[in-house]
Amino acid sequence: MFDYNFHWRPVLRTLPDLIQAGLTTLEVATLSMVIGILLGLCLALARMNMTGPLKWLAVTWIELARNTPALFQLFFFGFGLGAIGINLTPYTIILAGLSFNCAGYLAENFRGGFQAVPDTQLKAARCLGMNAWQAYTRIVIPQVFRVVYHPITNQMVWAVLMSSLGMLIGFRELSGETQFFASRTFRIFEYFAVTAVLYYVIVKLILAVSRLLAMRLFRY
Amino acid sequence: MIQIRDLHKHFGDLHVLKGINLDVNKGEVLSVIGSSGSGKSTLLYCLNNLEQIQQGSVHVDGINVHAKGTDVNKLRQKLGMVFQQWNSFPHLTVLENVSLAPRIVKGKSKGEAIAMAEKQLKHVGLGDKLKHYPNSLSGGQQQRLAIARALAMEPEYMLFDEATSALDPEKVGEVLDTMRLLAEEGMTMICVTHEMGFAKEVSDRVAHFHQGIMEEIGPPEQIFGAPQSEHTRKFLANVR
Amino acid sequence: MQDSISFFTGFGINDLLFLGEAALKTLWISALSIAIGTLLGTFFGWLLHEGKLVASFTIAPILDVFRSVPLIIQLVLFYNFAPIIGLNFDPFASGVVILTFYTAALVASVARGGIEAVPASMRRASRSLGISYWQDLFYVVLPIGGRAVFPAWIGVVLGVMKDSALVSVLGYVELLKASQVLITRTQEPLLILAIAGAFYFALSYPISRYANKFEQRWSK
Repeated sequence: MFDYNFHWRPVLRTLPDLIQAGLTTLEVATLSMVIGILLGLCLALARMNMTGPLKWLAVTWIELARNTPALFQLFFFGFGLGAIGINLTPYTIILAGLSFNCAGYLAENFRGGFQAVPDTQLKAARCLGMNAWQAYTRIVIPQVFRVVYHPITNQMVWAVLMSSLGMLIGFRELSGETQFFASRTFRIFEYFAVTAVLYYVIVKLILAVSRLLAMRLFRY
Repeated sequence: MIQIRDLHKHFGDLHVLKGINLDVNKGEVLSVIGSSGSGKSTLLYCLNNLEQIQQGSVHVDGINVHAKGTDVNKLRQKLGMVFQQWNSFPHLTVLENVSLAPRIVKGKSKGEAIAMAEKQLKHVGLGDKLKHYPNSLSGGQQQRLAIARALAMEPEYMLFDEATSALDPEKVGEVLDTMRLLAEEGMTMICVTHEMGFAKEVSDRVAHFHQGIMEEIGPPEQIFGAPQSEHTRKFLANVR
Repeated sequence: MQDSISFFTGFGINDLLFLGEAALKTLWISALSIAIGTLLGTFFGWLLHEGKLVASFTIAPILDVFRSVPLIIQLVLFYNFAPIIGLNFDPFASGVVILTFYTAALVASVARGGIEAVPASMRRASRSLGISYWQDLFYVVLPIGGRAVFPAWIGVVLGVMKDSALVSVLGYVELLKASQVLITRTQEPLLILAIAGAFYFALSYPISRYANKFEQRWSK
C-alpha cells in the first residue's frame, strides 16, 4: 500500500495553464447562462401564453433538455449536426449544448416564478395606467427574478460542472486541459486532484458572489 | 361624470350584470352594497376596462370606455382603484410604490414624482414610513399605501372594491377614516362596501345590487330608513 | 445528404442488441447506485438533522465536495486513486462507488429537508403518546416527511440515471458509450442518437410527469 510516489511538481508547474483553463470554464458557463436565461424566459412565456407550433416547440425543447443526459445533448450538437453537414467547433458544441440545457431547466424555473407572482399585481399595475410592457418590466419581472434568483445560482453551478464534459469532446476547458496534461505526464491522479480543488473553489466563489449580490439586490 | 347605460356582463353562461343604468356626478360619493355575487365588484372592473362588456356602454367624462380606439392607459389615470387585497408592490419601498407610476406613466420628473408621493403618503398618514418595504407594514397601513398610490396619479374618480373586507377588525377604522377624509375633500368616489355605517354616514347616494340588478338607489336616509324594495329590506335585515 | 436517406446501412440487428444490452447496463449501474446511495444518504440526512453543529463541521463539507466537483472528475480521480491504496476496482465497481456517494450527497439534503418538513408539534404529539424515538422516526417522520420530499427524491433519481452516462469515461460501455462506438463504426449518428435519446426520454419523462402530478396533488 502507498508504494505510489506522488509527483506534484509537474502539476504545480502547469498550474497557471490550469487556472487559465478555469477561466475558460467560467467564460463558457457564464455565456451559456446568459443565453440560457434569455432563451429560458422566451420558452417559459411561449409555454404559458402561446398555442400551436410555438408552444409545441417550447414544450419539446424543455422536456428534451430535462429528460436526456447533458452528454447526449452534446453528442447531438457534435455528431448529430455533423451528420447533416453542420460541423461545429468544440467550443461551439459546448456553448450550444450548455445553452440548450440551461434554457430548458431555467424555463421551468421561470414558469414557477411567474406562477408565484399573484396576477393581482399585474392588475394593480395596469389600474395605475401602466401599459403591459411597463407592468411586466417594472412590477412582475422583478418579483419573478427574486423567486428564480436562487435556482439561477444553482444552474450556474451546474453549468460549470457540466462544462467539464468538454473533456469528452476535445475542448480544452479546465477538465480538457487537465486531461491533456495528465495524459502527457501520466500523473493522472495528481492532475485531477488539483482540478477537483479548482472546481471546488470556482463553485464556492460563485455561491459567495451570488450571496453578496442577493444582499444588495433584495432588501425586502 | 360617469354614465352607465344598459350595461350587461357575462362570464360564460353566468349573467353577472343585467342592464345597469347609472350616473355618477362629479363630487358625489356613491356606496354600492349587496350580498356577494350580486355583481357590484364586477361593475367597478367594467368602469376602467379591467373587464370587457357584452352590451351597453360606459362613458367616463364623455370617453367611451369600451370603444376600440380608447386609450385605456390614459383612461385609467382618471380612475384610481383600491382593491380588497391591497397589492402593494413588495419589491419597492413605500415611497417607490407611490412615485413609480407618476414617473413612468405620466412622465413626471423624479423630483416631482417623489414630492407628489411624499405629499400623498403624508395625506394618508404614512409620512414616517417612506423608506420601509410593504412587508413591514400592517394590513391597514398597506391599504392606505394603496390609496396614496392611486391618489398620486391625481385621479378624477376613486373606486374602492371592498377596501376594508380583508383587514383585521381593528384596522378597518383607520382605512375608513382615510376614505372619509377624501370624501370631505370632495373626491368623487364609488365604494363597494360591506360597512353599512360608513355607507350611511359618508355617502350622498347608496345603491343596492341584487343578482346583477340595481335593485334600489337613493339617499342613505331612504335606503336605510325606508327601503322601497323587498330585496333591499331583506338584505339590510340580514346584515344588521 | 443523399446517403443519409439510405437508412440502416451498416446498422444491423446485432447493433440494436448491442444498444439494448448497453441500456440494461445503464439501468443496472443506476439502480444499484441509487438504491445504496438512497439508504446511505437518508442516514447522512438524519445525521445532519440530529447532529446539527458537529455534523455541519464533519460530514456536511465532505458531502459538499461531491456536489461541487464535476462527476466526471470524481470518477477519474477515484478510478486512479483506488489502485494507489491497493484496491483493484474495475470501471463498473468504481462507477458504482462514486455514483453511490454522489447519490448519497444529493439525497442527504433531501432527507434532511424531509425530516424538517414534519411539524415539530406533530412529533411532540406522537412522543407525548408514549411512542419511542425510533417508532416516531419510522411511523411518523418517514411517511410524512418522505411524502413531502418524494418529488425531490425523484429528481435526484432521474439526475443520477442521466449522469450515469459519465461512467463511460472509465471505459464502461453503457448506453451513450455504446452509441458513440456505433456512430464511429456505422456513420449513422442521427439514427443511433435518436434510439439512445428515446430510451432516456422514455424512462425519464413519465417518471418526472408522475412526480409533478404527485407534487401538485399533495400541495393542495
